[in-house]
Amino acid sequence: MAHAYTPGLKVTDYTVLRRQRRLPIQGDVLVKLGDTVRPDTVVAKTMLPGDPQTLNAANVLALLPNEVRSAMKKKEGDTVKAGEVIGMSASLFGLLKKRLVAPCDGTIERISDVSGQVTLREPPTPLELTAYINGKVAEVLPREGVVIETRGAYIQGIFGVGGEKYGPIRFRAQGPDRPLTAADIDQTCKGCVVVGGSLITGEAIRKAVEVGAHAVVAGGIIDTDLVEYLGYDIGVAITGHEDVPTTLIVTEGFGPMRMADKTYGLLKSLDGLEASVTGATQIRAGVMRPEIIVSGYQPAKAQAPAETSEGLVPGTPVRLIREPYFGRLATVVELPPELVVIETEAKVRILKARLESGEVVTVPRANVEILES
Amino acid sequence: MSRPKYDLGREINSILATDCGSTTTKAILIEKRDGVYRLIVRGEAPTTVEKPFEDVTAGARNAIREIEELTGRQLLDEKGIITPQKGQRGVDIYLSTSSAGGGLQMMVAGVVKTMTAESAQRAALGAGAIVMDCIAVNDGRKPHQKIQRIRHLRPDMILLSGGVDGGTKKHVVEIAELIAAAEPKPRLGIGFKLPVIYAGNKDATPNIADTLGDKMDLRVVPNLRPVLEKEVLGPAREEIHNLFMEHVMAQAPGYDKLMKWTPVPIMPTPAAVGSLVEMVGRQRNITVIGVDIGGATTDVFSFFEDTFNRTVSANLGMSYSICNVLLEAGLPRIQRWLPFFISEADLRNRIRNKMIRPTTIPQTLEELLIEQAICREALALAFVHHKSLATGLKGVHRGGTMDRFMEQRTQKETLIDMLKLNLLIGSGGVLSHAPRRVQAALMMIDGFEPQGVTQLAVDSIFMMPQLGVLATVHPEASAQVFDRDCLIRLGAVVATAGQSSAKTPTEVVRVKGTLDRGETFEESVKYGEMKRIPLPEGVTAELHITPAHGFDVGAGPGHRLETKVEGGVCGLILDGRGRPLALPEDPKTRAAKLLEWFRALDVYPGGPLDRLTGKEGAN
Repeated sequence: MAHAYTPGLKVTDYTVLRRQRRLPIQGDVLVKLGDTVRPDTVVAKTMLPGDPQTLNAANVLALLPNEVRSAMKKKEGDTVKAGEVIGMSASLFGLLKKRLVAPCDGTIERISDVSGQVTLREPPTPLELTAYINGKVAEVLPREGVVIETRGAYIQGIFGVGGEKYGPIRFRAQGPDRPLTAADIDQTCKGCVVVGGSLITGEAIRKAVEVGAHAVVAGGIIDTDLVEYLGYDIGVAITGHEDVPTTLIVTEGFGPMRMADKTYGLLKSLDGLEASVTGATQIRAGVMRPEIIVSGYQPAKAQAPAETSEGLVPGTPVRLIREPYFGRLATVVELPPELVVIETEAKVRILKARLESGEVVTVPRANVEILES
Repeated sequence: MSRPKYDLGREINSILATDCGSTTTKAILIEKRDGVYRLIVRGEAPTTVEKPFEDVTAGARNAIREIEELTGRQLLDEKGIITPQKGQRGVDIYLSTSSAGGGLQMMVAGVVKTMTAESAQRAALGAGAIVMDCIAVNDGRKPHQKIQRIRHLRPDMILLSGGVDGGTKKHVVEIAELIAAAEPKPRLGIGFKLPVIYAGNKDATPNIADTLGDKMDLRVVPNLRPVLEKEVLGPAREEIHNLFMEHVMAQAPGYDKLMKWTPVPIMPTPAAVGSLVEMVGRQRNITVIGVDIGGATTDVFSFFEDTFNRTVSANLGMSYSICNVLLEAGLPRIQRWLPFFISEADLRNRIRNKMIRPTTIPQTLEELLIEQAICREALALAFVHHKSLATGLKGVHRGGTMDRFMEQRTQKETLIDMLKLNLLIGSGGVLSHAPRRVQAALMMIDGFEPQGVTQLAVDSIFMMPQLGVLATVHPEASAQVFDRDCLIRLGAVVATAGQSSAKTPTEVVRVKGTLDRGETFEESVKYGEMKRIPLPEGVTAELHITPAHGFDVGAGPGHRLETKVEGGVCGLILDGRGRPLALPEDPKTRAAKLLEWFRALDVYPGGPLDRLTGKEGAN
């Protein structure tokens, strides 16, 4: 393949971003094209149909399915209250009465003459969709949602858990290769996006939850700490829907991982600014990575937005993303065109890269990630 | 030779076929040369259904352009593929399969879990779908739990079955009412009605239409189980394919264009692979198991007792779903295949890092051994799943007492009989691209535990999907390319069923062989041993196999078997480890045993293996 390398994660101090905000079912859009929105602005809302309850009326009333309708006190479309008797049957000359009671408030949706089931629909629940980021409404999707556009700093992580959050960045890292410990987190982190160095330790996660931090960002996480935090093991790489109080984002991978200097430096310069973050990760069918967006950030010297990556060339900064050099940063030195036999005896395209220590190593091209700007 | 499903009414000498996978689009060019169809060249490019391209034809064009460059022929113009071939320009036909965008995702429902619901599941799986859930009246969940589940899923379509024709309508209508109450939404297209295929009791059709007609896009096909003794999957599968084209494909980016390039419908990738496995089984009159282990899913196909079955383990794979293998198998089962020590934390982190960076490849032998250990467990888990679904029809009553007794026995049994398996075919990156072919052979042997005498093969470059769709148009071309260019014959394995508790291992099987070119050999293995006998591709051997008392190679315990095997790149493997395969409990003994097998079969390069296992002992 022409591009046998992994495009890197985006880390930039200035870019233009668009985020689509879409209702799960059709509803009302509450903002107009060009409106300015904040992360908590409700941009669209809808009524989610209530949960249905199926009542086995034929069994309860001891009737045949096709006799249920005539025993009902309510008909399809009628509203009912919890505890209300909605059907009744009598036997033994009216001495034995059986009652069908509504288990909840709702509407009778269906009375089935074939199965003898009655479907009761609970009242609908409102769903409000927020803007998630600061920005302007760039497009309205009638009855479905909007597209919000913003400009500012943008950092992609490699993996995260937890949903959308926003809050000011609290930069608490002691260095890109130093772990974030519980001692680095205090009450001032409440409602904030806390940034650490190489690792979110298990104790730091617990402390972040305790003080009410909205999110924590660091280079790596130990797998067993993540399992402990979630209470279960993640099987498939689709996240973002976890019911956790604090969103976690790792920028490099699993294990203690020195945070890339560029990411570290940018997060440091964003200290105190409001960020929108999400841990949602999906590594399949439309790759989605966790992200940190700081709208309105104006760097002293803005980078020209890179439209497309040039690909791998000598001098390209890369991250090595597989053992035995996993997590190391390097610069491409040479890209031999021929296939090379590596230790496993596989014949692959390789490149030579200079590590920060000065050592030149050979790695498969598939095992590097371009450090994107 | 079987008849083509689609007859183009013209001669076909050149064929271009693509498989648009989740990550890569693979194109192959086939031509008839000297009267025989052969693979000429292949090309590949990243699939482009996602941003920034959002047009599947961009990736297909890139893959085909590689073929143009390699052959120096023009195959594409601004409208698409040039057909038919004129001189060195164009090809006679273009075909495609697709699993991009998550493939075909379905929910199935039936009345009785082990009867109509299972038939519905088989119909959907056979059509190439991932079955997200199977709802049944007796599945143990309460109605509100079923409704929550149906609401939560966003399938591409639902297949509903239940009841025999003329039987009770109540239960299938109950299930339809649950679906109506849940009002599930389709995965693609916010304003569309979800397609529901009804394949149940025909007498209940008006009631089903009354229940679902307004809310869903209802399609009615003949009952999957018109009578208990009969399963009719064809019409439902046809309708699934139609809906796949109308709904799923039509809404996936760029497929409207791709569909115009080809005169036959685009097939879901697993359906194409399945049709090929079935064709091989029928044409050669043999039993076959095929496996395709991908990044996200593992598909298993089997053809036994004239019945084709397919299962997909949606969350067992080598990259996106690799952590689910860890979750389902457990760390000790993965560690048991490693002849060196690695801490639990290190191993877990490495597996997670593979999940989040799925396109990386093992650079060190240590990493390769870890991936291949995970593969063994993924294969084993997927195969357990397959065996549970590849069964005879359940719920069939046959009269007399003895018949009923026999029926009860067989109802619990899978159709898969490993002692009768003739051919095991592996596919997917971890098997097809294993640096040494014997690694693929051993992974399949350890994962599937074949018994008796089994031929082994791998798909050379994963072209089974394209050959599957080609079989619908030109079965002969498909069969010729499959035989000559797709299958890499690994050889055969002779494995003894049975176990021994003797402290000193004794001989479990002795094999005398006579090659078709006249040479002879005689070899034996003790319990717990493995050996590899050279038997090159193209050479066949008559074998006289004598198992020890209590061990079976297919003719009954202790009985001699005479059979013929074909050679391959790995030759003839004698596996005396017994079945079910039990690895030593003690870590050091187990590591020593693994190394003994690896060395006996020459599975890994000696130097790196010695360096690796010279580390601090085993797990």
